[in-house]
Formats: sequence, C-alpha cells, structure tokens
Amino acid sequence: MSLFEEIGGEGAVNAAVDIFYRKVLQDDRIKRFFAGVDMDKQAAKQKAFLTMAFGGPHNYTGADMRKGHAHLVAQGLNDSHFDAVMENLGATLTELNVPGHLIAQAAAIAESTRADVLGK
Amino acid sequence: MAKVTYGGRSYECGNNSVLNCLTAQGVHIPSSCRAGSCQSCLMRSINGEVPEKARAGLKPTLAAQNYFLACSCYPENDIEVVLPDAGPGKLSARVTDIALLNADILGIRLKPSHSFEYKAGQFINLYKDDVTVRCYSLASVPALEDELFLNVRKVPGGLVSNWIFDNLEAGDQITISEAAGDCFYVPGNIKQNVLLIATGSGLAPLYGIIRDALLNDHQGKLCLYHGSYDTGGFYLVEELKKLAQTHANFSYVPCVSDGIAPAGYASGMVLDVALADNPDLSGWRVFLCGNPNMVNAAKQQTFFAGASMRDIFADPF
Repeated sequence: MSLFEEIGGEGAVNAAVDIFYRKVLQDDRIKRFFAGVDMDKQAAKQKAFLTMAFGGPHNYTGADMRKGHAHLVAQGLNDSHFDAVMENLGATLTELNVPGHLIAQAAAIAESTRADVLGK
Repeated sequence: MAKVTYGGRSYECGNNSVLNCLTAQGVHIPSSCRAGSCQSCLMRSINGEVPEKARAGLKPTLAAQNYFLACSCYPENDIEVVLPDAGPGKLSARVTDIALLNADILGIRLKPSHSFEYKAGQFINLYKDDVTVRCYSLASVPALEDELFLNVRKVPGGLVSNWIFDNLEAGDQITISEAAGDCFYVPGNIKQNVLLIATGSGLAPLYGIIRDALLNDHQGKLCLYHGSYDTGGFYLVEELKKLAQTHANFSYVPCVSDGIAPAGYASGMVLDVALADNPDLSGWRVFLCGNPNMVNAAKQQTFFAGASMRDIFADPF
C-alpha cells in the first residue's frame, strides 16, 4: 500500500486541511505571510501541499515551488519559517492520530521541498 | 466517444481528461497540480452531465452550479463547458415597485422579461448603460415570489446607486444579467446549525437564504446578526421578527455598534456579538455578507471558532 493510501487518501487530506490551515494562520511566527490572501484560494493550496506531503498525486515541480514563494522570500521567508510549517504539519497529523512512522514519511516529503521553497 | 464543446468548437475527448483534451488542441485552460487538488482548472458545464469524481473536494455551492475540475473530468457523454469567468447572459426587466426600506436603502422589485434559474443569495448585474454596471444580491426566493427583490444602498458618489435613487421609477425597463455567485443555501444537512452575519444591505442575500432554508425545512439553528452604526440602519425588521415568532429555530439579533443600544438591540460590533453568543462553531455553516472589512475578519474568526472552510460562504460588497 502507498503512503497516501495508508494515511487515508483524499479523506485524510480533507480532515487535515482545516486543522493545518488554522494552526498556520494562528502561528505568530508565520501568520504575517498570509495577511490579505484570499482564504479560499489559500485553503486549496494548503490542500495541494498536504496531498503532496501525504504521498498523493501532484504535478508540482521545484520550479513551481520557487516561483510560488519568491515574493515571500523577498519579504524575509527563511528556514525558521519553514521549520514552523513543518512543526504545524507534524502537530496536525498527531492530532489526527496518524502513526508516527507515517508522520515521519510525510515530513520527509515536505522537507524535500525546503531548498526550492526558500529559493536556495 | 464523448465530445467536449468549448468556445463553439467540439473536440473528441477519447480517454483523456477535459483538461488534456483541450490543451492538446491548443486551447489555453489555467492549470497547476493536474491532480484534482489545487482547483486552478475550475470549469463549468453548461450542457451535459459531469462525472461525480470531477466535483470531488469542491464547495457544495460550486458543485450545485455544475462547476467541475477539468483535470479530473473524464466525460461519459457529450458536454459543453466554459471557464468560470464567462459572464451570465443579459436580459431586460421591468421595475414593478420601488420604495425606501430605510433612509439609505431602496427596495426594488423587478419582473424579468423571461424567467431564469437562480438561488436566493446569488447576485445579478444591473446596467445603468453598456459600461456602467454594479452587482446586487437577490433577497427574493424563486419558489416564494415571481419578482426579483434587490436592496440598493445609496453609495456616496456611486454611479449606479445614485442613478437608481434619482431616476428609477416603477414601470421603467432596465437591463440586468442572469444570476451568478456562490453564496446561497444548498439543501441537505438540515440539522446543521447556521450562523448568518450582515452589515448594511448585506442583509439582502441573507434574507433570501434564511427564507430558502426555512422553505427547505431546515431544522438546525438559523442565527441572524445584522449590524448597523445606529438603529436607523435596520430594515425588514417586522418581517424578520415575524419569521422569528413563527419559526423556533430562527433568531434575529440587530446589533448597534455606536454607544449603548436601546432595549431590543444588542450593543457592539456585529461580529463580536455573534461570536460571544456562539463561541464554538464546529460543524456550523456560516454566511457573511456586507462590509469587506467585516466579512474578511469574520471569515478568519469563524474559521478559528471551528467552522470548516468548506462551510463558510462570503459575499463582501
């Protein structure tokens, strides 16, 4: 079984997206990067991110990641902010009672985007 | 083999998704993840059934208007599709009644030249002339009344609202569009509690949505909060009080933001009052209409209070 199926597929993504997005928006370390954005569009992006982290289908490339975050890097987005997002991802999955070894796999996928997101 | 019609031309879809079929023919359709997640490739079917899978994850109001994701759509029969920004059709309408609802808001009833499908809470465009146009929400409920009902607030310097206030009379013919927008009541889940918050003429869509929900035998709470600077800003008060008397699950709380409110009104900003009364919105459906600052703050605050993003419907104007 794939990671995506083991975690619970589309249903797991739908359960996680509200919890994760709520954590991100209330996190004092990173919430400024989301000020003024359209919440519906942003929630869809969060869903796409979680789908990818859960090992689900996606077609994002490193170049997409770079382009999509370049304006935030210009505003000071750095490793500490990426760490905060990773923390929120882990806390979301823990809250949903996802087993530790699956959380580790999802975290590894998300971690693999760090250099592209931060434009390194 | 299913055909996809777009922009007046038909294409053989084969085993492809609508997105791949169209882009392979050189048609530009916005897309990103191509996996049914990011919703960049949102399209709308104007003819023909779309498979259920192509609507997975969409807000129920979008699904109800035949929106779908082109990347996940493998049609089983012929369909005709448009991009979401393809505007609704124009038609003429006769003003049958026009009267002040309060000092700043006019109630207008319109009889369109032909009937069209709409849902209470959606909006129509109203044309002053070919280029000057504003949208107004529908406070009417199709199953309850033949005419369209709009609430127009006089906006200082507003080109269309001032024209309406100064010139429009019963009997006049005007040009409008068919309805659009995704702030409306979707039948089903009738036990769900519903929070509705409006400022000013943002009451219009909510007045329609509430009556539509009651008509659909909604059983959960329907809690309406209407905010105004002072008591002069309220309207449809008698109608709303009457609805509250005849429906135990509907409550109406007018909120005055300036100073201490007189008896029968709540004191404070409408969003603060609504959240103080209903601090846990887990599982609730939420409708937010009116001042953009209120609506945007309310979107975030009701989400933090537990409402799911999928269940929050907003219309800032």
